Amino acid sequence: MRPALSSARPDRPRLPVERGPALEGASPMASPRPGLGRRAAPVLFLAPFLSLFLATLVAPIGYAVWMSLFREQAASGLGFGGTETLFVGLDNYLRALADPGFRRGFAHIALYCAVYIPVMVGGALTLALLVDSALARAKRFFQLAYFLPHAVPGLIAAIIWGFLYTPGLSPVIDFLSGFGADWEPLGPDAVLFSMANAATWQWIGYNMVIFYAALQAVPRETLEAAVVDGAGQLRTAWSVKLPMIRSSVVLTMLFTAVGAIQLFNEPEVLRSRSSAISSDWSPVMFIYQAAFTDHDYGLAAAGSLLLAALGAVLSFVVTKLGNRWKEA
Amino acid sequence: MAVDTAAPPAVPNTHAPLPQARRAPRRTSDRHPWSSRVIVNGLLAAVALYTLMPLSWLLVNATKSNGDLFGRPGFLFGEFHLFTNIAELFAHQDGIFGRWLANTLLYSVVGALASTLVSLLAGYAFATYDFAGKEKVYGLVLLGILVPHTVISLPMYLLASQVGLVNSYWAVLIPGLVNPFGVYLARVFAEGYVPGETLEAARMDGAGELRTFRSVALPMMAPAFVTLFLFSFTASWNNFFLPLVMLNDSSLYPVALGLFSWNAVLPQQPQLYAFVITGSLVSVLPLVVAFLVLQRHWRSGLTAGAVK
Repeated sequence: MRPALSSARPDRPRLPVERGPALEGASPMASPRPGLGRRAAPVLFLAPFLSLFLATLVAPIGYAVWMSLFREQAASGLGFGGTETLFVGLDNYLRALADPGFRRGFAHIALYCAVYIPVMVGGALTLALLVDSALARAKRFFQLAYFLPHAVPGLIAAIIWGFLYTPGLSPVIDFLSGFGADWEPLGPDAVLFSMANAATWQWIGYNMVIFYAALQAVPRETLEAAVVDGAGQLRTAWSVKLPMIRSSVVLTMLFTAVGAIQLFNEPEVLRSRSSAISSDWSPVMFIYQAAFTDHDYGLAAAGSLLLAALGAVLSFVVTKLGNRWKEA
Repeated sequence: MAVDTAAPPAVPNTHAPLPQARRAPRRTSDRHPWSSRVIVNGLLAAVALYTLMPLSWLLVNATKSNGDLFGRPGFLFGEFHLFTNIAELFAHQDGIFGRWLANTLLYSVVGALASTLVSLLAGYAFATYDFAGKEKVYGLVLLGILVPHTVISLPMYLLASQVGLVNSYWAVLIPGLVNPFGVYLARVFAEGYVPGETLEAARMDGAGELRTFRSVALPMMAPAFVTLFLFSFTASWNNFFLPLVMLNDSSLYPVALGLFSWNAVLPQQPQLYAFVITGSLVSVLPLVVAFLVLQRHWRSGLTAGAVK
């Protein structure tokens, strides 16, 4: 399993051995024990989660695989007589991969990731290092201010930024045009950056708090040693602090990448204001359209699985790179 | 901490591997030149301006009438219209906005309570018992964290439509109960908060396993309960794609989906502008307040999930 996750164990607090709270009615002499036995217990405790896990996670994936191999087709050429389901093998996958809309979607999210991930993760890291430095004041206030956007649901964040990108409503556009800058946030050249900005706004503080908490756990002695050796603030941040929180950074990159390839909210919300966003702009939008507009479930399922495969590959690569970085 | 494998032992004055040539003139550690202090704090303040600007814009513009929104743009105040906006918002379409808020509360409070309990039970079982194939099952659960949710929504929709659950509260509630990350957190918490010796003592006192969980382990995991609840609560409050896929009937919408449906028709129905803006504010405010009040629990969850 993923070492970054499964190696996680908190330092178990060594509480003094204490007797459990008095359990009235539980007779110490009672044997066989009342209630649930020790062998049956894990089965019972895990049953609710595992049955739901099977029903809402494993079964849908299995069903998607099944669906992706079939295609619904009108029984007669004229469209009368309902539909019949044909086994088509991997044809749906080939159709998805050959579809220019689907390919464009991947190009869009590739560019989106290239913009968004470095800016957001790098920004969060920089902020965490700045707040952690001896120079920063009002650390609590800054953390609060940065984290606050995360309390806003993603869709509503997209709606708010949609307004801030609307000429006539937006103070930002007015402000920039005061300097003679002509900024069209929803134009074809800028719209991708506008989406990345909305997502950055929502996630930068969240990840900053994670990084900051990791930085707090860097042992004081290590930092003092760096100071004694004459390292300045910048040097300490780069050579001492950063390497010590890399597992947090890798984990954040992983979750960010898996989230970013599912880009949907921002383009879907901004679509009503921008002609630069087609209804199949991102892969998830393509899948949504194939399923609910075209009712081409085979194509939608194949597209979903291709996207999931990309997610798996990304997870693998990020984890591998992260491990190599750790060993370096 | 799992990350500090490279940390030197805690001996003061250990020579960290830094080149000697870099040795800067010594200064006492709390006296930094004011110029760097100004730069650092100036940068931090500029970013705070960026993170706070959209919400303050929302706050200011929820007080404007539809006409003033465009007539007095940006941060200029117009006539104070906030309460009229709110009254009209809740009256629009027979008060459907209030219904959306109530639905959201149902989806997130009831859903989060149930999901927290399910996760805690599972995490506790993983932490406390040994059984065949435990780590394999746990590994599968962890893999579940990384499954893209938008990817399984379509097959879930088709499965739900076969059992007649589509377009009902259940269609949104049931998938929300499954939170593999919650199980991971619950296991971490259970291993940290519930010492095996205490459980053993309870068993010696003759308590059954269920009773041990309820009367001994659960109270000890109370902080975990709050953190997990907050996680599930925001996850369902944030969930947009699943309701979008599952629900047709607008009276079942959570507030985000409802606002989305209004936002999508703004170009045709500009009279909805004030409603979308005021509605966004009304639906964001409880979360902002909850976040400010419960800060401590957020942080403990984040650090448990990410730092360790």
